[in-house]
Amino acid sequence: MEVRALTLDRWTAFILMGICLLYGYTAWFNMDAGLAPFMQRNPIWPSTFPKLLSLIGLFTSFIILFGLERSEPVIGDIDYRRLHEYKLGQAIGMLVLMVLYALTLKPLGFLVATASFLILGAYILGERKWIIMIPVGVIATFCVWYLVSEVLEIYMRPLPLIFKLGS
Amino acid sequence: MLEGMLIGLQTALSIKMLIVVIGGCLIGTFIGMLPGLGPMSIIAIMIPVAISMGDPAAALILLAGVYYGAIFGGSTSSILLNAPGVAGTVATSFDGYPMTRQGKAGKALTIAAISSFCGGTIGAILLMIFAPMLSSVALLFHSAEYFALMIVGLSAIAAFAGTGQVSKAVLMTTIGLMMATVGQGALFNTPRFTMGIMDLQSGFGFITLAMAMFALPEALFLILRPRNIAEVSNGDIKNLRISSSEMRSIAPVIGRQSIQGFFIGVLPGAGATIASFLGWAVERNIAKKEEQDQFGKGSIKGLAAPETANNAACTGSFVPLLTLGIPGSGTTAILLGALIALNVSPGPRLMLDEPQIFWSVIISMYIGNLVLLVLNLPLIPYIAKVLSVPRNYLIPFIMFFTLMGAYIGQNNATELLLLVAFGICATALKFANFPLAPLLIGFILGGMLEDNFSRSMQLYDGVAFIWERPMTLGLLIIAAILIVLPRWRAHRARNQHAEVADGD
Repeated sequence: MEVRALTLDRWTAFILMGICLLYGYTAWFNMDAGLAPFMQRNPIWPSTFPKLLSLIGLFTSFIILFGLERSEPVIGDIDYRRLHEYKLGQAIGMLVLMVLYALTLKPLGFLVATASFLILGAYILGERKWIIMIPVGVIATFCVWYLVSEVLEIYMRPLPLIFKLGS
Repeated sequence: MLEGMLIGLQTALSIKMLIVVIGGCLIGTFIGMLPGLGPMSIIAIMIPVAISMGDPAAALILLAGVYYGAIFGGSTSSILLNAPGVAGTVATSFDGYPMTRQGKAGKALTIAAISSFCGGTIGAILLMIFAPMLSSVALLFHSAEYFALMIVGLSAIAAFAGTGQVSKAVLMTTIGLMMATVGQGALFNTPRFTMGIMDLQSGFGFITLAMAMFALPEALFLILRPRNIAEVSNGDIKNLRISSSEMRSIAPVIGRQSIQGFFIGVLPGAGATIASFLGWAVERNIAKKEEQDQFGKGSIKGLAAPETANNAACTGSFVPLLTLGIPGSGTTAILLGALIALNVSPGPRLMLDEPQIFWSVIISMYIGNLVLLVLNLPLIPYIAKVLSVPRNYLIPFIMFFTLMGAYIGQNNATELLLLVAFGICATALKFANFPLAPLLIGFILGGMLEDNFSRSMQLYDGVAFIWERPMTLGLLIIAAILIVLPRWRAHRARNQHAEVADGD
């Protein structure tokens, strides 16, 4: 059998196999300890289904890892080997921005956080026309907030936390 | 049945529902036109809106409208730009784009709209005939059969994943099922796999996962590799008329493909993409010699076939969802998740217990198709303007809507962090060519699968239900064949190939 390099899909299978192992370990060895005695006479335990799943998961990740199912290398929309040629920085920038948004949504309030997200997002993607960016971001934020809170009637704190102190 | 239809008609024709259908179709067309955003992302983004409407019938009608609109929008960008927004409309670009290059964009759009309309409408008629039949059979099913049926559905989805992809699809399904076991289930009162984290007590949010699996990776891909979205000016789209001789030549194609597409759509795992490719190939094979050469170079038959088939298949995919409660595709899985969130459990009882939901959805399919034909077609030159919105503005908005969707559902900022984390994982899986739809389908079906499995285990005091109920056994054998067959055939083909090579 020829030796083949670990391609990305086999690396992924390897990681998934690790997840299945962890999951299986919990299901087989940790879960039944706290089981009430009357439950133990049941034909089905909370761990029965997870045990089965862990076996199937391990089996299939094994097949992928050792390339037992032959497949032609398919290059999808994006070839990961040429990742550095793509706009990786922008993608990472947007992900960081999303995390920041998640962290600041409550303290800054919906309006400030969202408007900054939209404006900074456009900035990260290379837009520099502030005169368009800012009005678009601000107006869109107000429209969405109006729709969500007035039409769909879901409350979202619009303003930063400090404005709500004392109330 | 007639009574149910009348109730459905009454519900679907109310002003509110008409607005919902029209709005859904327009939004779907709008977003579906953007290359790279598939119907699953669009529906995932729309779910919070649908759920907060509170009315299950309205929610399902909205999402179904968005679904048709997205497919229609996808075919528009296939025809105008050769950039299919949706996998189901790739085949449309084979003949649609050459027609645009020949200056017949308007005609191509009209043919696409008429074919979609006919495919969707004939599909809805077939759905009306077959769904009640199937649900009366399904009423005989017990939990053991349901368990087996879900296994068949999941296996079929894996089996249709393509050569060399079956084990990946099975693995993804399994991971989805594993994720469904996280949290406190209904059957056992013990929290499982929460790792002591309180936020995981109620399990992963389905909307968060749907966004992370589809909308976020698609948006990231759009950032990573900007596609050239050509300018479409109004002048390009004119002369929407088609002649009656053209109509006569595509009529038989539409008739055949509506039926074929519908039945492919009913099969779990097949769906609009396979239906459209198969429709195009079948029509090319049975066309006359001189017409055959036209296929791929701007044949109107080659355009009508995939357009009819993909719409009929979309309608067909509602059959297993509405009658068995088992989704056959990623899109219907998301719809199922939305219904469960609204406390409606689709299945054979849906037609009896809540006829207004069942029938109003079917009636709204006719209305939706009509809306697409009479409202969206004339508006296409204006809707196509969305393609000229710069990506720098578009992408932050798409990302913001995914965030908003996950947040509205749970009102919890932790959910947003989970969304980003899962989104990164999903993008990595997409790089490695792991299919993501099976994961979500597994996740959504996981709870029901385990419930039915546990119930049968309790009733039969062990796994005896597998051989004591012939129907269960039969279904499980079908599931096994579905998984093994493609592998065995690939193996045999390789062996034959090797022998030929040796003989040379």
